[in-house]
Amino acid sequence: MSRSRKHPPGVDPKLLIKDAAKLLPEPSRRLFLRGAASLGALAVLSGCDIVDGETSDKALRVISTFNDRVQALLFNSNTLAPEYPETAMTRPFPFNAYYSEDEAPDIDAEQWQLEIGGLVDNKKPWTLPELNKLPEVSQITRHVCVEGWSAIGSWQGVKLSDFLKLIGADTSAKYVWFQCAEGYSNTIDMPTALHPQTQLTLKFDHKVLPRAYGFPMKIRIPTKLGFKNPKYVTAMWVQNNDAGGYWENQGYNWFSGL
Amino acid sequence: MTIEAAVGSSLAPRTTTRLVIHPRWVRVTHWINALAMLMMIGSGWQIYDASPLFGFVFPRQIALGNWLAGALLWHFAAMWLLMVNGVVYIALGILTGRFRRKLFPLYPRDVIDDLFAALRGRLAHDDLSVYNAVQKLLYLGILLTGVVIVLSGLSIWKPVQFHYFTSFFGGYDTARYVHFAAMTAIVAFLVVHVALAILVPKSLRAMIIGR
Repeated sequence: MSRSRKHPPGVDPKLLIKDAAKLLPEPSRRLFLRGAASLGALAVLSGCDIVDGETSDKALRVISTFNDRVQALLFNSNTLAPEYPETAMTRPFPFNAYYSEDEAPDIDAEQWQLEIGGLVDNKKPWTLPELNKLPEVSQITRHVCVEGWSAIGSWQGVKLSDFLKLIGADTSAKYVWFQCAEGYSNTIDMPTALHPQTQLTLKFDHKVLPRAYGFPMKIRIPTKLGFKNPKYVTAMWVQNNDAGGYWENQGYNWFSGL
Repeated sequence: MTIEAAVGSSLAPRTTTRLVIHPRWVRVTHWINALAMLMMIGSGWQIYDASPLFGFVFPRQIALGNWLAGALLWHFAAMWLLMVNGVVYIALGILTGRFRRKLFPLYPRDVIDDLFAALRGRLAHDDLSVYNAVQKLLYLGILLTGVVIVLSGLSIWKPVQFHYFTSFFGGYDTARYVHFAAMTAIVAFLVVHVALAILVPKSLRAMIIGR
């Protein structure tokens, strides 16, 4: 799943909404609590007014925040996502966003730059040729979507922990925030950013990253659900405040670790 | 009259209390589990609908959460209720000897005999504190299914951190089918369990007031 707070030029917001029908609330997100009230669930969980959707929504989000902490504790920097042989790759690897493939950001490589900000010594923006000169790592791992399906893909690029060292990032900061071309965004925890398999990805299956998978650059995190793998990345900030993310802000679990 | 009951009635002080069939901890954990399972199943159906394994989806009206994110919030909240309650229930079931007393010994011959007796409508329900062989088998089976649904669920939730579990269930995609099959078995059990509780109302009473 993916994207968009500001809409890319030429994309009809109405079409975006139509494509998102499977994931977006209908008719209102708040209504999801109505079914719950009938179970009397919240009476047991929190003793609060079970008819009040706002209250139960808050209670569920409090538990989700608790789950973030549990997942941070379960996360082990030395536990690697299983890697697979090339024959295990899912072909074709699915395109997934709430807009169609031809509505995906079409980025001019010449114009593109990776903007660097926050708690970093060297904030010089990076061009694509500069990133391509850095040492390459490769992985064939499983991409697990929050919807339940999964697909095995092959990604090549720069180890994010190496890149953070290279630009003099303060790795004692809590978060790394990514901004994308269409307005999508993600914040991830620093331990995950430093995980050996977290990758600043420039290639898919040893070829230039196709537009469908996030050209010119995406962040591949095999220890997180697919929506925490931002595509079309334009900026990266190292910071101590949680800037949230597109789907996270709508109720999807923040940590979403695998 | 059993020796135990005879001794009990002659030695016990005269009170109105009869033998407790289900101690308080069984009743409390039973109903917490019932609530947790309804929430897990309802939200699980909504989660399934986001990426169906088979050629059908569950109607939105009977699923919990209204959309995927809502269902996930419910699923991973009710998960704690289910797990904590389940651990308490299993620990007390073992420590108090209840599982051993109620569920064992269990012989295949008795299961077949009791099954035929039940089908002919001749299975006795006089003493609710003693389970027949079919009940023993079903309760053992549902306990095992409970373990499978929790472990396959953890395999789907954390296929990296708990990758040993995930491999045990044949990988991420297979673990989803196992999780679904365990849900189906639990729902099938629930249908029979609830139908029988309605047919033998004193069993329902025993699970509420203990006697």
